[in-house]
Amino acid sequence: MASRLTVTSRPVQPNGAGVAARKQRRSTTLVGFGYLAPALIFYGLFLILPFLHSVYLSFSAWDGISPARWVGLENYRTILESSQNRAAFGHAFVLIGFYALLTTALALVLVGVIGSTRIRGLTVFRAALFLPYVIAPVVTGVAWRWLLAPEGPINSLLRAVGLGGWARGWLGDFTWALPSVGLIGTWMLLGLALVLLISGVQRIPVELYEAARMDGAGPVREFFAVTLPSIRNEITVVTVLAVTAALRNFDLIYVTTQGGPGSSTEVPSFLVYQKAFFVGDLGLASAMGVLLTMVILVLTMLILRPWRKG
Amino acid sequence: MRTSRAHALTGQVVVTCAAALAVVPLIGVVIMALGEPDTQDSTIRLSDSFHFGNFKAVWDLADMGTALATSFKVSITATLLTLLLSVPAGYALARFKLPLRNALFFILLAGLMLPNESLIIPLFFDFREVGLADNLIGVVLVETALGLPFGCFWMRTFFRDAPHEITDAGRVDGANSFVILVRLLLPMAMPQLLALIVLSFVWTWNDLLVPLVMLSGGREMTAPMSLATFQGQYTTDYTYLSAGAILTALPVIAVYLVLQRSFAHGITSGAMKG
Repeated sequence: MASRLTVTSRPVQPNGAGVAARKQRRSTTLVGFGYLAPALIFYGLFLILPFLHSVYLSFSAWDGISPARWVGLENYRTILESSQNRAAFGHAFVLIGFYALLTTALALVLVGVIGSTRIRGLTVFRAALFLPYVIAPVVTGVAWRWLLAPEGPINSLLRAVGLGGWARGWLGDFTWALPSVGLIGTWMLLGLALVLLISGVQRIPVELYEAARMDGAGPVREFFAVTLPSIRNEITVVTVLAVTAALRNFDLIYVTTQGGPGSSTEVPSFLVYQKAFFVGDLGLASAMGVLLTMVILVLTMLILRPWRKG
Repeated sequence: MRTSRAHALTGQVVVTCAAALAVVPLIGVVIMALGEPDTQDSTIRLSDSFHFGNFKAVWDLADMGTALATSFKVSITATLLTLLLSVPAGYALARFKLPLRNALFFILLAGLMLPNESLIIPLFFDFREVGLADNLIGVVLVETALGLPFGCFWMRTFFRDAPHEITDAGRVDGANSFVILVRLLLPMAMPQLLALIVLSFVWTWNDLLVPLVMLSGGREMTAPMSLATFQGQYTTDYTYLSAGAILTALPVIAVYLVLQRSFAHGITSGAMKG
């Protein structure tokens, strides 16, 4: 309050006003940090600090009981040299193919077919389309374990249409378990992707489509010339969300396959948990978590390319 | 114009099919949950009567009542804390010229990319040291921190875009920054606050990994934990599992349906601005 009074006295006393203005600026800064500090402290204590500790542990050999021993890059070398761990990262990339590429491709095809037409009752459809993304991955996993069970609905459906030879225990099959998990991911994200892309299309001015039609563009040309370039941002966002979801999918793996059969669905997010709490190799598990973080960071940066302006 | 009507119809059909693809498996789960209990049979069939008793059975077998109460406690507290911390932080990031403001904002945003998997080992061991293991407070603290990157980003966007004339007018009237925040800005922020509430609630409720690690002593369980454990015991009892899945999902679905518009608003514009 006192500082506000000094503002009015500025013309009278230039010198003193300079000090007062500086004083006020300092007090504003203090107030600002006062608003910001609680969040920063929270964030630092319960997110950044644990992460930094993880990074530190990733350079150590530790069983959780005896003191940790510094081993440098040993854990990282172990991960890169073990075929099991390399395979886990390979599986993660297969899942990215399903979660991100397949989902985005399907959503784009659907958006292409829908085109610029306004959908009636979009709010209701949106509510339904979001649902697989809203419910817990644990619930999704339990539901799909049943849907894909040897005598479950998917196999019943296959038998009913004469494709009984295809029926199998999908999640227990060495070849099909990983693609099955991937397709569950596609199911989780397709509606979200579709809604985001449709909302992008609806922001495209109708004149653009009219102009394209005047030029004699058919629906396909229209899609590639108008729709696709206009929703580039939406596509980027969908891809980032889906890639991240594919890499942070501990919950789904935990309830559907636990990494099995054999090691056919082991992924880094699951191995962190397993190596830490069942094998007890906490250094290696930490290194796995840090590597996973780096993969997420690098892929996100590659997709967003923040260094490219506009 | 004939083609454009056909086109409109195609669009409508495509969206209907996509929505059906999302919902039909879930309807299947509901039918399964109401089927003959205790059959170890995964085949779906409409029985002549609905067995609502399955829900009661799972409620008792998996101690779902306690688990749901725990999930409510954790999710509501973490959501309120996220709100309480994100609002002033977003305000400061948008409306105060602070040294290192952009760097701090970037550090906060980077949290969006940190996977829970990279935190669980220190969370388990360090929280045990300070007595926060097997303690709901520990889970609330971590879930809140996990919600802050989006929360701060989301509120900052609102405060940045809110009309500056209103706050200028408030300042001329002699209101300090807190009064401006509470009296002038927050009443306009209702849609944003609701979106943040529903997203934080859903994200906290759904998380399995953090409570699984931090509550590993088994004294407390959240609903998703309880469902996962229940599945470990009743591996192929799909009727009971379906009932348990529905009990776990229902609170989130209810909150989501009530705040559907806010959720869509948060996801679509939150994702796009990010």
